[in-house]
Amino acid sequence: MAEIVIKNLRKEFGDFTAVQSSSFTIGDGEFFMLLGPSGCGKTTTLRMIAGLEIPTAGEILIDGEDVAQRPARDRDIAFVFQMFALYPHMIVRRNFAYPLVSLGLCRREANARVDEVARILDIADILNRPVGGLSGGDRQRVALGRAIVRDPKAFLMDEPLGALDAEFRERMAEELRALHDRMGATTVYVTHDQLEAMQMGDKIVVMNHGVVEQFGEPQDIYDKPATMFVADFIGSPAMNFLPFSGHVEPGATRADLGVATVAIPRQHEAAAGDLVLGVRPEHVRLSDSGALRGEVLASEYLGTTQIVSLETAHGPLKARVPSTETLRAGEPVGLEFTASTLTLFEAESGRALRSDLNAEVLHG
Amino acid sequence: MAEVRLSSVTKRFRQTLALDSVDLTVPDGAFFVLLGPTGAGKTTTLRLIAGLDRPDAGTITIGGRDVVGETPAQRDVAMVFQQYSLYPHMSVRDNLAFPLRSPILRTPEDMVAAKVAEVAETLRITHKLDNKATELSGGEMQRVSIGRALVRDPAIYLMDEPLSSLDAKLRSELRVELKRIHASLGATLLYVTHDQTEAMTMASHVGVLDEGRLVQVGTPREIYENPVSVAVAARLGLPRINTLPAALFGSAPSNATTIGLRPEHIAEGEGREASVVRVEHLGDQTRLHLQLDGHDIVTLTDVHTPLRGGETIAIAPRDPLYFDAEGRRIA
Repeated sequence: MAEIVIKNLRKEFGDFTAVQSSSFTIGDGEFFMLLGPSGCGKTTTLRMIAGLEIPTAGEILIDGEDVAQRPARDRDIAFVFQMFALYPHMIVRRNFAYPLVSLGLCRREANARVDEVARILDIADILNRPVGGLSGGDRQRVALGRAIVRDPKAFLMDEPLGALDAEFRERMAEELRALHDRMGATTVYVTHDQLEAMQMGDKIVVMNHGVVEQFGEPQDIYDKPATMFVADFIGSPAMNFLPFSGHVEPGATRADLGVATVAIPRQHEAAAGDLVLGVRPEHVRLSDSGALRGEVLASEYLGTTQIVSLETAHGPLKARVPSTETLRAGEPVGLEFTASTLTLFEAESGRALRSDLNAEVLHG
Repeated sequence: MAEVRLSSVTKRFRQTLALDSVDLTVPDGAFFVLLGPTGAGKTTTLRLIAGLDRPDAGTITIGGRDVVGETPAQRDVAMVFQQYSLYPHMSVRDNLAFPLRSPILRTPEDMVAAKVAEVAETLRITHKLDNKATELSGGEMQRVSIGRALVRDPAIYLMDEPLSSLDAKLRSELRVELKRIHASLGATLLYVTHDQTEAMTMASHVGVLDEGRLVQVGTPREIYENPVSVAVAARLGLPRINTLPAALFGSAPSNATTIGLRPEHIAEGEGREASVVRVEHLGDQTRLHLQLDGHDIVTLTDVHTPLRGGETIAIAPRDPLYFDAEGRRIA
């Protein structure tokens, strides 16, 4: 298994820049997520790591060796595609054995590997079945098996669960993560599904328009977003943004929103003009004494919690509160925020201002 | 708007019993969600009410009138399908107006224009009225096909997984919107889905279908807090309810074979020692994947828990549900 280091990686297709200048490190044995909306450059990045695209500039180090300009076959990594690319006319065993035979392994060795992989994936019972008749889940397992069987340095996966329905996806996601925990293989995984990324990833890179917006551990990215894009893309419902015009100084612990002042984490930098206060729905409390006022539009029951949609002087806002609180549409309420969790952003650049909350993660 | 009632409705397709003597009442003005897995009989129920299929036995009434002998058009229902079915060569405006211009309705043009404008406003697609249907995004197309149902004033709206082909963000937007539309129209709505979030967040009534039988009807809260069976308990709630041997945590009712524990109904720091397999940080919640005597258990914990895989934690049931050998709820 391997460490993969990406340095100033860039890819242009004619006039279009798909990836601007990405740098991040994928640790040995990590389950690493490339996350972003369609067109953000995540698949292009993955294809460059695989050697299916040659970068315009930059380095890709696998175990310290720069492979950026080398063809895919010299990189010893296995690619699992979104659509399971299997040989439909072959039985499962032959699908597994084929890559090994083409690598020049003898039949006995190949068979031993196939049996080992079938055991890991718990599909020994379907080894002699044709691929054509298998369920979606079993096909997905076979596709994974074909990647595992080669024992490569790293696995690359491009939305392998994208074609599955929600319930089944949840189960396969758990299975995939459990498999990773057993094998400890370095895995780079592309997805546009933020929940999938949070659920499975050790680290996440969030991309947008070919630019790495943030790179870090899932909980850090959720709690301390570097940009408004990240804050909005991660979490459901997304972070609330309350635009206001004002200023903050280094050391400030309150922000003046005009209609009310709000306690915030101690700020490390100065900013003035159009600012945005970001607050996650679960950090909003409804209380009569809150200085900021809102009106209840609707509430959505989710079991233990409910999502309450509100209208405020700063625009719409969502709160996640216990479902034991009863609320009526049209009811006026006061709002309070958990001060230590709030983030201020510059409206124009979307950049988060450094504070006691996020300084460690954002470092300059 | 009208009440819809099914009495002892049975429907077979060759060897398959799709609906098994279903009794179901959709009250006037309800947002009734039929929830169940694929093959439970949800879509069959809708098609029987719409008149696209005929029941083998039983009666169906709409507003007190027996409709089994009527054609779909006579029944005065409006249906929205999973796949948006728009006329690609027409503008959004003409697609919306189409049902009103049907020879049966013969709506005057000025009324058509007024109604189309009103529905477009409700669905926030006014700015797209003159676009061709093919120039819309997926979400807009589905809104137009919902709009095509809304321009009419039928006895009941029937919707078959109308949001399932949309992405997560749009789905959550349209969930709120549909609920708002329902409230503002005071319409009767029967909505079929396998998505529990849609059922929980939108419904005034939920009916849980399982293998052709209606197993429970109630408000989302009643069904979540008081499921009649282990199957219903597993249908609502994310992460799913943990089902474990009844005696895993000690004493249990004598005829109980299974204890059901919702992830949020597990107390930490008391009870039995479980090992932590994995800690899953999802941002707004953190899940612990535990093992106890070889059983997998998922629980919710403090978002910033210091726990890591390999450690142990004591857990005990809180508000447990008990089920017998047939899966029926007993306590």
